[in-house]
Amino acid sequence: MPQVTHAGLAPTRTTLDNGVVVLAKQTTTTPAVAINLAIRAGSTSDPRGAAGTTWLLSRAIDRGTLNRDAADIAEALDSRGITITISVTRHLFSLVTTCLTEDFEAVLALLGEIVMTPSLPPREIETRRGQVITAIRQDEDNPAVRATESLMALLYPDEHPYGRRTKGSIELVEALTRDQLLSLHRQRFAPGTLSAALVGDVNPSHAHEVTADVFGSWQTPPPPPISLPPVGPATRRTRLVIPMMNKAQADIAYGFTTITRRDPDYYAFWLMNNVLGQYSLGGRLGDSIRERQGMAYYVSSALDANVAEGPLVIRAGVSPANVDRAIGSIDEEIAKVVGDGITPKELDESRRYLIGSIPRALETNAAIASFVQIAEFFGLGLDYDVRLPELLGAVTLEQANAAARRALDPERATVVIAGPYEER
Amino acid sequence: MRATTLDNGLKVLIQEEHTAPLASVWCWYKVGSKDERPGLTGVSHWVEHMNFKGTKNIPRDQVKGIIEQYGGSWNGYTWIDQTTYLETATRDALDRMLFIESERMANSLYHPDDCESERTVIISELQGGENDPDQLLDQEVTATAFKAHPYQHPTIGWLPDLQAMTRDDLYGYYRRYYVPNNATLVIVGDVDPDDALRRADQYFGSIEPGGDLARLRTMEPEQTGERRVTIRKEGTTAYLKVAYHAPSATDAQFVPVVILDAVLTGAKGLNLWSSFRTAPPQRSARLYRALVERGLASSVSGSIVPTEQPFLFTLSATATEGTSLAGVEAAMLEALDWVREQGITPAELTKAKAQLKARLVFDNDSVTNIAHQLGYFETIASVDVFTTLPSRIAAVTIAEVADAARSVLAPSNRTVGWYEPLPVA
Repeated sequence: MPQVTHAGLAPTRTTLDNGVVVLAKQTTTTPAVAINLAIRAGSTSDPRGAAGTTWLLSRAIDRGTLNRDAADIAEALDSRGITITISVTRHLFSLVTTCLTEDFEAVLALLGEIVMTPSLPPREIETRRGQVITAIRQDEDNPAVRATESLMALLYPDEHPYGRRTKGSIELVEALTRDQLLSLHRQRFAPGTLSAALVGDVNPSHAHEVTADVFGSWQTPPPPPISLPPVGPATRRTRLVIPMMNKAQADIAYGFTTITRRDPDYYAFWLMNNVLGQYSLGGRLGDSIRERQGMAYYVSSALDANVAEGPLVIRAGVSPANVDRAIGSIDEEIAKVVGDGITPKELDESRRYLIGSIPRALETNAAIASFVQIAEFFGLGLDYDVRLPELLGAVTLEQANAAARRALDPERATVVIAGPYEER
Repeated sequence: MRATTLDNGLKVLIQEEHTAPLASVWCWYKVGSKDERPGLTGVSHWVEHMNFKGTKNIPRDQVKGIIEQYGGSWNGYTWIDQTTYLETATRDALDRMLFIESERMANSLYHPDDCESERTVIISELQGGENDPDQLLDQEVTATAFKAHPYQHPTIGWLPDLQAMTRDDLYGYYRRYYVPNNATLVIVGDVDPDDALRRADQYFGSIEPGGDLARLRTMEPEQTGERRVTIRKEGTTAYLKVAYHAPSATDAQFVPVVILDAVLTGAKGLNLWSSFRTAPPQRSARLYRALVERGLASSVSGSIVPTEQPFLFTLSATATEGTSLAGVEAAMLEALDWVREQGITPAELTKAKAQLKARLVFDNDSVTNIAHQLGYFETIASVDVFTTLPSRIAAVTIAEVADAARSVLAPSNRTVGWYEPLPVA
């Protein structure tokens, strides 16, 4: 067994009076600090009928504040050699950067202005709108994106927030107004929804003080909760073909809805998915489709258990001539996992791998910051990295196989094919 | 950092890093797609794939999981100058990692059935790449910019060569280049250097060196006029690339061009393994302001990568919906002509240096990334080129950047590529 000498991250967690959570961890690998600000305002915050609002806000939010225009912000970032990566997931709006230690205070202050007092200049909104529309057009020409987004729409129908495109559609984005962006910001950005992870060459008490200086006086009422409609498993097999005859290769997205992150079976699902489509080069699926049949450069499965029942998505890129054979092989591998179960050896190997990879996954400041944010979001505790081996260690073969039976069934699979392929 | 050469010619670079209980092992070979003859394009990369298919002492069915048992990750890549393999795992897996790499160097199997099944995997990889218009354009621009030098063809190879290559082609190529005197072993992490060196010698010391490797000698003749290539294909989005022949990593003009690129599109850092994880700081960069801020392009980027021989400095833009490629090209060339005539400002030089200083720190945030940088530079030039980068950057003057802009950005030195989308039927 790998000797995991990992003593535990033991990040500190403090809370400002207004509810901002500060997660800090000192490391000395590099003279740098990773800053990860997470606001509970992901794409599920998009108003009904206005998918893409949060995404456009994310493109424009850092282009002007009460005190600085876009050029000032550009100079403040570029002169320090840093970039803010702003991402929008289903539930989080994140601003992430790594800066040199000497710039930490100034950079956090700038991020604070961006989060609390964005000015959203009309000219900036127009430029970013043009970029978003071009990005949507690129997505429309990308078989992998088309297959995945269409799969999500089929798994989460009826305008379920998980089924909507994060960027929205061209029509919706063209219609979005500055007032809609301001109103979304006003409603969803509040101190009680912000957690700041600060990892690197800064001690936790200083990190707390700087965060208090930046965010301490921010007062905004907490936003109303977002209700997610219940998710039901598919009751029959669904297949959708999106012909894209200008492409060389077809992308397959094949999936199911599964469980929430809070589900006690989560670790059994995680291990089962690792065996099915992750371990080494794509688990059992990789063995069959890439290694034995040479059909694809990539094939794997991903489990995204979330606040609501998230998806398990299998993806592969194959020559159009091999689409039917590849889907047949996925069906076959799933039927085997469900019917015969995974083996004790497979469970043991995946478990050893996942436990043994924890130190590697927590090596960089940015990775630690992201890990503690996920633990914070799902309420997993400050010692989650230490408890994780126990949680994975406790899963029995019967539990992993029950997870397969619960989630997987070729008869209920939703399958999307995008590429140079047409239904015969 | 400790550098040693074993009796069989294997170069060993070891660096202690005790920040995490990890070690990263990379084995680098001085062979890449530039070493390929016509008819064998793509062989370096295919050989890389075959070197994950079992060895004399790691049977095919034991490859899977060999490093995963230690929680480790493994990977490899091939590019124009180099082929490399890595494992990063907990430090107690050091022996296992060295064993895997020594086996890969001396004992890979190349079973005919595995060669065949990998042929279709690689063709699938090629076709997946062609699904991306930007990648397709990059391939065509590179092929147009070089008319003699083997940097011309893509690392993945040309499809007809991939269809025709044989097991013997692959195995012969492997035996020729996978010898200790053509390789560099890098170990970085929570290790004791004396102990790590002893172990390296134990695993690799008995591998016989190979003969002298005759290299292809073709040099690209100076380009005498602008070249153009236009791809017209169904799609939704228009792409522009302008590529200039650029200095190699050891050329005195290399770092001035890196500064020039930072001024035009923001500093990327110089780690092929990690630099592209985050976008460059570019909002105040010249081409960003000229193209993106004016709404002509949705993105702009620059690429100047350290290479053994002169490669390309490439500037790319994605046209916004409704903007003509001619308009994007005119705006880009105007900005390039301006910097060629006027050079850069002192403020721009200061900012570019600050950006590069920060990016070099960010590039070295893990044992894997540090090990990559040591091995990469040793393979394309020398590890000293890496260790002297900060001082070379600090010493660059405005005049040197202006000189570099004048010579590299000459119109006769460029290749312009358009991807013009045709309406999707």
